[in-house]
Amino acid sequence: MGTAYAQQFAAQRPEGPAWLTAIRERAIARFREVGYPTTRNEEWHFTSPAPIAEADFVPMRAATGTLSVEDLGPLLFGEPDWPRLVFVNGRFAPSLSRVDARDGVKAMSLAVALREEPSLLEYHLTRRADIVDPAQVFTAINTALMQDGAVVQVGRGIDAATPIHLLFLSDAAAEDGVCHPRILLVAEPGSRATVIEQHAGAGGERYFTNVVTEAWIGEGATLHHLRLQRESARAFHVGTTAVHQEQDSHFVSFSFATGAALSRINIHTGLHGRGGGATLNGLYMLDGEQHCDHQTRIVHAQPDCYSREVYKGILDGASHGVFNGKVYVHPEAQKTDGKQTNNTLLLSERARIDTKPQLEIFADDVKCTHGATVGRIDETALFYMKSRGIPDREARKLLTYAFAAEVLETIPVDALRDGLERLTLERFTGTPPRA
Amino acid sequence: MIHISELHASVGEKEILKGISLEIAAGEIHAIMGPNGSGKSTLAQVLAGHPGYEVTAGTVTYNGQDLLAMDPEERAQAGVFLAFQYPVEIPGVSNAYFLRSAYNEIRKARGEAEADPLEFLDIVSERLKLVDLDEAMLNRSVNAGFSGGEKKRNEILQLAVLDPRFAILDETDSGLDIDALRIVADGVNRLRRKDNAFLVVTHYQRLLNYIVPDRVHVLVDGRIARSGGKELALELEERGYDWVTAEPVAGV
Ligand SMILES: Nc1ncnc2c1ncn2[C@@H]1O[C@H](COP(=O)(O)OP(=O)(O)OP(=O)(O)O)[C@@H](O)[C@H]1O
Ligand SMILES: [Mg+2]
Repeated sequence: MGTAYAQQFAAQRPEGPAWLTAIRERAIARFREVGYPTTRNEEWHFTSPAPIAEADFVPMRAATGTLSVEDLGPLLFGEPDWPRLVFVNGRFAPSLSRVDARDGVKAMSLAVALREEPSLLEYHLTRRADIVDPAQVFTAINTALMQDGAVVQVGRGIDAATPIHLLFLSDAAAEDGVCHPRILLVAEPGSRATVIEQHAGAGGERYFTNVVTEAWIGEGATLHHLRLQRESARAFHVGTTAVHQEQDSHFVSFSFATGAALSRINIHTGLHGRGGGATLNGLYMLDGEQHCDHQTRIVHAQPDCYSREVYKGILDGASHGVFNGKVYVHPEAQKTDGKQTNNTLLLSERARIDTKPQLEIFADDVKCTHGATVGRIDETALFYMKSRGIPDREARKLLTYAFAAEVLETIPVDALRDGLERLTLERFTGTPPRA
Repeated sequence: MIHISELHASVGEKEILKGISLEIAAGEIHAIMGPNGSGKSTLAQVLAGHPGYEVTAGTVTYNGQDLLAMDPEERAQAGVFLAFQYPVEIPGVSNAYFLRSAYNEIRKARGEAEADPLEFLDIVSERLKLVDLDEAMLNRSVNAGFSGGEKKRNEILQLAVLDPRFAILDETDSGLDIDALRIVADGVNRLRRKDNAFLVVTHYQRLLNYIVPDRVHVLVDGRIARSGGKELALELEERGYDWVTAEPVAGV
């Protein structure tokens, strides 16, 4: 088990600076040592990685090359001239990308960044994401085998008005392949930026995306990170986002997950300076046999920080959702203000949710609350709508959409919020309920 | 218009309606009064098709159709409307979208063309004036965060937009101040026509000064204990309900 990656590593002799090679070697050694987690590992209790571990994925083949900019249409948000880096089957696709140099914002592929921004990468790359914890072994695999990805640096004090879209696509040639994209986001002090990280499949391919995103948010900076998991229905997806926050910084994350047969999304942030905050929201909508596991972790290491978390799940068919929200409050993190909610709407008898808040609080002067609800369609509201002539099917769809809309409304960028509302709507109704 | 005959309904083992008979003709307004817990809202909900109540005996004929055999949405599409005693909040669904969906479903059922958002806005704007509600409320979620009075006026707005043939108003006057009460009553009076009928549930004779009923029925313990003209409401106001229970009369 897992020997394929070790062989791949030996064969690949990855390029890059010596410091990175050394870390890659440590990462693959760690993977060899601990192997894949089992459900006995607390963090993998409800999600067995066996379907990924037992599959024989090969390094993902290059795209068939038939994708054109027009094909991207349905996956884009906002204006066509917004900057984007597009990757197909794990490889940077310059012809599909738009990277005009905007003042103070650098966006480039990882391969280019390794050449052109060596000191930036040496300072940040691999420094945020943990490769030692046996629960994070997919990060170790990514670290050992990463080849391409994206680097975005927002300069000191810069307000990047337009969102930067990192789009990872898989086409038919992705079948049976695995890729390990790596993303680095650096928001220098006082800057503001929105980054969209989207993973989308073309259709019915079976492949494995193992992505790691690292972010560093400098003093007084704000980073919005909108993460979309829209992989093919047979795909596997493991994505880890590891964030380091300085004083007075804000991390605003939204995870939207509707794709893949099996997905595991880790979002970890550490508040390492006073006065900052993290907002982690998300929406997952599953059907059939889909399984989607969100593990969030917020570490309050310093006083006077807040964290807000609202995750919603809509589960149909025999799907299985997992949500685990960890909040660590260190002894020195006094006046921490944390709030977490996870609400699930079950649309079928066979759908299942495992939800667990995990608050570990070592400071005494803190306010931390959590709540979880699991419910079905509100029968009172359903009857009210039907009593006005709206048919049962329509009323159910509308109420389902409304459940999702409450968390989608928190997305601050209009074009993104509208885009996700439209996507959600297409799933449940036909027309926009706000018109 | 509607003919209710020997209607019995229960929740679980508990019988709430114990044989109600009532006939309302087109153009008429009937009022139902009666003590708390006597079954007024249950009757209203049963007529609207609430699935929580089981009809154990009796019939309801609405314009020649077997009302009890119809789904709630079919009843609404056929022109039945219930203004809820406790209007339901639906966070995340805008009032405008909700109203337009309902309006178009009813139009479809009547074989009429659906209204697009702009046409619909015209229709609603006019009706908004009738109930003195601000256009801004159209963009808010259905009843979410509305004050008690706003919720009731929103029910009347829906009534005005959907233009039902048979409307049941369940304590629409409760919780309204005098001005709002007059607005609601004026709304109903203006919607009143030869081809529609109203059943108005109320605790207060006051409302019946504005909406003058053809008949008043007193519901006590799941039965109509007495029926009469509009004077009956005045008598109830003066004497309470005790004397009604003492000398029951079959209601028509
Ligand atoms: N779903 C239910 N489950 C259990 N009991 C119910 C239910 N609905 C109504 N009841 C009972 O039936 C009786 C009649 O209730 P209903 O709401 O019809 O009274 P009402 O005449 O409308 O009273 P009010 O004047 O207070 O509005 C009450 O005792 C009530 O508790
Ligand atoms: Mg009542």
